Amino acid sequence: MLRFLVRRLLQAIPTLLILSILIFAWLRSLPGGPAGALLGDKATPEKIADLNRILGLDDPIFIQYFKFLGRAITGDFGNSLVSAQPVMSEIGNFLPATLELGLCAMLIAVCLGIPFGYLSARFRGGAVDNVIIVLTLIGVAVPVFFLGYMMQDVLAAPLGLPSQGRQMAGLDATTVTGFAVFDGIITQEWDAAWDAITHLILPAFALATIPLAVITRITRASVLDVLNEDFIRTANSKGLTQPVVRRRHVLRNGLLPVVTTIGLQTGALLGGAVLTERVFNFRGLGFLLAEGIERRDYPRLQALLLFGALVYVLVNMLVDVSYGLIDPRVRVR
Amino acid sequence: MVFGAAGNPKTFDPLFNDDGETFRIIRQMMDTLIMNRPGTADLEAGLAEKWEGSNDGKTWTFSLKKGVKFHDGTPFNAEAVCFNFNRMFNMKGAAAQSQMIYYGDIFEGFAKNEGDASGAPVFKDCQAKDESTAILNLNKNKGAFPAAFTLPSFSIQSPDALKKYNADNVTQSGDSFAYPEYATAHPTGTGPFKFDSWDQAKGEITLSKATDSPTQTAKLDKLVFKVIPDENARKQALKAGDIQGYDYPSPADYGLLRNDGEQVLIRPSFNLLYLGINQSGNPKLKELKVRQALAYGINREQFVKSKLSEGSEVATQFVPKAISGYTEDVTKYPYDPDKAKQLLKEAGAEGLTLKFYYPTEVTRPYMPNPADTFTSISEDLKNIGVKIEPIAKPWQGGYKDDVQKFGKQDLHLLGWTGDYNDAGNFVGTFFGREKKEFGFNSAELFSALAAADSSPAGEEHAKAYQVVNKQIMEYLPAIPIAYPTPGLVVGPKVKGMVASPLTDERFYTVTVN
Repeated sequence: MLRFLVRRLLQAIPTLLILSILIFAWLRSLPGGPAGALLGDKATPEKIADLNRILGLDDPIFIQYFKFLGRAITGDFGNSLVSAQPVMSEIGNFLPATLELGLCAMLIAVCLGIPFGYLSARFRGGAVDNVIIVLTLIGVAVPVFFLGYMMQDVLAAPLGLPSQGRQMAGLDATTVTGFAVFDGIITQEWDAAWDAITHLILPAFALATIPLAVITRITRASVLDVLNEDFIRTANSKGLTQPVVRRRHVLRNGLLPVVTTIGLQTGALLGGAVLTERVFNFRGLGFLLAEGIERRDYPRLQALLLFGALVYVLVNMLVDVSYGLIDPRVRVR
Repeated sequence: MVFGAAGNPKTFDPLFNDDGETFRIIRQMMDTLIMNRPGTADLEAGLAEKWEGSNDGKTWTFSLKKGVKFHDGTPFNAEAVCFNFNRMFNMKGAAAQSQMIYYGDIFEGFAKNEGDASGAPVFKDCQAKDESTAILNLNKNKGAFPAAFTLPSFSIQSPDALKKYNADNVTQSGDSFAYPEYATAHPTGTGPFKFDSWDQAKGEITLSKATDSPTQTAKLDKLVFKVIPDENARKQALKAGDIQGYDYPSPADYGLLRNDGEQVLIRPSFNLLYLGINQSGNPKLKELKVRQALAYGINREQFVKSKLSEGSEVATQFVPKAISGYTEDVTKYPYDPDKAKQLLKEAGAEGLTLKFYYPTEVTRPYMPNPADTFTSISEDLKNIGVKIEPIAKPWQGGYKDDVQKFGKQDLHLLGWTGDYNDAGNFVGTFFGREKKEFGFNSAELFSALAAADSSPAGEEHAKAYQVVNKQIMEYLPAIPIAYPTPGLVVGPKVKGMVASPLTDERFYTVTVN
């Protein structure tokens, strides 16, 4: 297992290196640059040129890249041009919000998606199945930002839920880890914990819709496949009770593709988080990214995009590892 | 009170900032020598009770308020004033100098110019004549004074705190800048509120009431600015009671907000939207008759009424009404399509084709909807027989370069938000020298503007600009379209908020029931 992990980690290095080149080249090929955004509306072309010179943005691009790489290797991604804070500390500050939101959304998607998919397969062709299929189609088709606005306008007030932010403004809550709910619990500031939970509900559901729909559909398809397998017929004919067949044979085998999907969806979740966080003013990495793109904040974007790629690589590695836990055959090989 | 801001502040040392979101917070914590009377662009006493310029405009004497203290308990006096101006003038390092945008505009050069700063310094020296008299000596007269002393960048900060927290230590790290602790955690002024905290993760800036001899006493104990970039999210937050006011509501929401009992406050205009004309584009644009035809051909009344927010007005010249130097006595170009066609015919420019640039992916206080503005104006121009070749470019993605650096356009949309009450801040910026944006070279106009700029402050200064404004509207280097009015909204329980043309709202008078 250790060798496997080390090998995968080493494989990640060229991946990240190539990505860093692509990201760097892509950012610098965007028209307009940070100097214009930094100097504001009133910047004259001369002032923009001056600032580009000071920032070294008029150097040949490969020189800029090697300078960047040299610093990045030591963990120095520079300061954000928007907030003037070191980019790494920005990521540290904003990461808990995204993790909290993503975790919640994934939890909703998994806890609802697997039972829904399973039910749908079990009652294939029936009313339950049809309703679930239509709902998942809607879930995949509706854009997150649209859903977000709808939730804010229609659901927030009747349910008494806050429609934006991570915490009530001006709330005096102690920050320990940056995970608002967790911090509320460990400091026993129950009002703060509850406040953080209520702030999570709408954005988490909005973000969960797509993975929920996908997981439901994959579970359904996979369970249907398994139900047709010979070993299920064998299990049934050797007289196992239905609950045992379902739990031990159908579900366990049916979950394998679902685990892969969860891994892939975690990546997609990062993309969805950008929109969700923006709509709900939920200050996480997606929020940082959106602001960075608007303001052409090169240092922030470089660090965030690379960080996103790293997370994606790590999540996929975790998926591979979890395969082994669910399916002993993978471990043996 | 919690107020919804549209963007992050950058840092809190006003010297290195130039944007409205940062200045809104600075203005609650710090004071300038001269300030704007609430709700107007007129000058009134700030940290200086009185001020006086010499006849040649090179010496400014400030009689300072007594008994004021900085938030760190140190006294405000003439020495503190001089420390601040000397600090600006002696600033070291290309990184720091490049970020002093307003200093560069107004004072032009440093004791030692580094990097690309190249101007000759306007500042000469500062003398603390006694405890409460500061004298600022300049190398030349500039029309921007005394109004430019109202700029938040020139707020007077505590010399002790500036030194203690290493305020000048702006460094370049890679392709960005790093700022010292002073700018992020210890801004120290004399204003009614003092700095408490800046929670980056929450996007909240918390100020509290200053109690030890500030310039004004705040009615609120605590003032929080919450950053909510999405306009709809700001509206939701107000509805939910999370915030008690926010900036830049969409004009389309004014009615709904009022129905909900919110108060929409309209700022008097300090903005200008104009249609730029590039005379080095299509050669026909060099002819006055053609430019006049374009002006007569645009139905600005209709545009302002149907497309801009309430309170907006048709622009008659390149300065808004609140600026001294504005005059009713200019050539006006009321909508007259027949006359426009006639003028085009006389100039032999029938069937003229013009490249009309407009920006996308942007809204500005002076241009809430560029595409709408473009459509309105180009329809009018088509009606008088001008063919329009539309070219849309993203604001951050080449629009400003194409229009201002390369001058690729024949016509374009742009505007300006004023910084301080001086006509030169508008017309001087636009037409004070030869620019790619407008593509003309009129020695007559340039020298008239230079003369107006160096005319003595006060009545004479205003008169000089009235003459120039008249001259500009005859020459018509571009077409002023409108004076738009951005709004802000506060909840029903908020009292004492006065909307300012300069977005210079001061929260010390505000109460929340």
